[in-house]
Amino acid sequence: MRPLVLATLFSEGRLDTTAAFVLAGVIGLAFGFWLERAGFSSSRRLTGVFYGRDFAVIQVMFTAIVTALLGLRGLVVLGLVDPATVYQMETFVGPQVVGGLIFGVGFVMGGWCPGTALVGLASGKGDALVFLGGAALGSLAYAFAWPSLASFSTVGACGVCTLPERFGLSTGVTVLLVVGVALFAFVVVEALAARRTRAPA
Amino acid sequence: MNAPLAPATPQRFWNPYLAGAGLGLTLLVSFVTLGTGLGASGAIARGAAEVTHAVAPQAVESNGYLGSWFEGGPALRHYLVFMAVGVFIGGLLSARAAGRARFQVERGPTATVRRRLVLALVGGVLVGFASRMAGGCTSGQSLTGGALMLDGSWAFTMAVFAGGFGAAWFVRKEWN
Repeated sequence: MRPLVLATLFSEGRLDTTAAFVLAGVIGLAFGFWLERAGFSSSRRLTGVFYGRDFAVIQVMFTAIVTALLGLRGLVVLGLVDPATVYQMETFVGPQVVGGLIFGVGFVMGGWCPGTALVGLASGKGDALVFLGGAALGSLAYAFAWPSLASFSTVGACGVCTLPERFGLSTGVTVLLVVGVALFAFVVVEALAARRTRAPA
Repeated sequence: MNAPLAPATPQRFWNPYLAGAGLGLTLLVSFVTLGTGLGASGAIARGAAEVTHAVAPQAVESNGYLGSWFEGGPALRHYLVFMAVGVFIGGLLSARAAGRARFQVERGPTATVRRRLVLALVGGVLVGFASRMAGGCTSGQSLTGGALMLDGSWAFTMAVFAGGFGAAWFVRKEWN
């Protein structure tokens, strides 16, 4: 019925094949390139958002989300992509909110998130190497504390839960809302940045 | 600490909206070819598990969280590990091309190297721990789940900003 629908390696159950490893490596190359071009090889630039000094984190992140979201929805509407071929993570509100809070504290302390730390290391940042060592230790700490964390890991489980379902809105309206929120965020950070350049030092 | 890897005046970073669009298109390509989004923290956790496994294989294989990573061979035999290698090489090529590759410990003007590295370590531990708890990081949750409009990923992203803004004052001497 829809002969043009693209298959993905995930939908074909081939994520553990050499083809997937090569493709993931190539996608990673592009991912690292864009992170570096965005200036995310600098921990001062990344943490600048928390001090009103630099808003690239918000600009880059929301532009990337909106670009991928509109692209994917466009391909779905055109019938080229079946959403079921894309892996979607299940929601666990409890660990995602608590994990997010801890992550945010670690982000402003450490100056990196995992992906940007790899790019920071690539550009010669010694603090990125130390951060990655810490992240490895933190991962192991979680794994070895698993017996006491397992019960919390499913708090607020919802299966695959999306914003349209949560708010009872259509997909189209939700897409417009996300784009609207992103544009509003851009206007706000541009205004903040402009005020900052005008203000006396 | 400054090695002459790069010319004296590195190029400026690109416009954040342009870089964001490039990142978004990369994510889109990942969605429609791999069928998954981007990720970074998983590879770090797998690397840590693999090293620990070399030292104490039984402790890792019997671990309730890590054990399944070794059922089909090494934990490093995973697409996210290859993606992380790609991220490192992509970042390296970009930084070298722009004259930005330089050995340094980046920090605020009044922060010592010692303070910066101690906080980098502690922050890294928190981020590594939190990424396992949340099932991903700013790549796997914020970008990927954000573009898929998953409500848990948006909750994670809001919480990251709340945690970051909440803690920023306490570490201001590291950066400002």
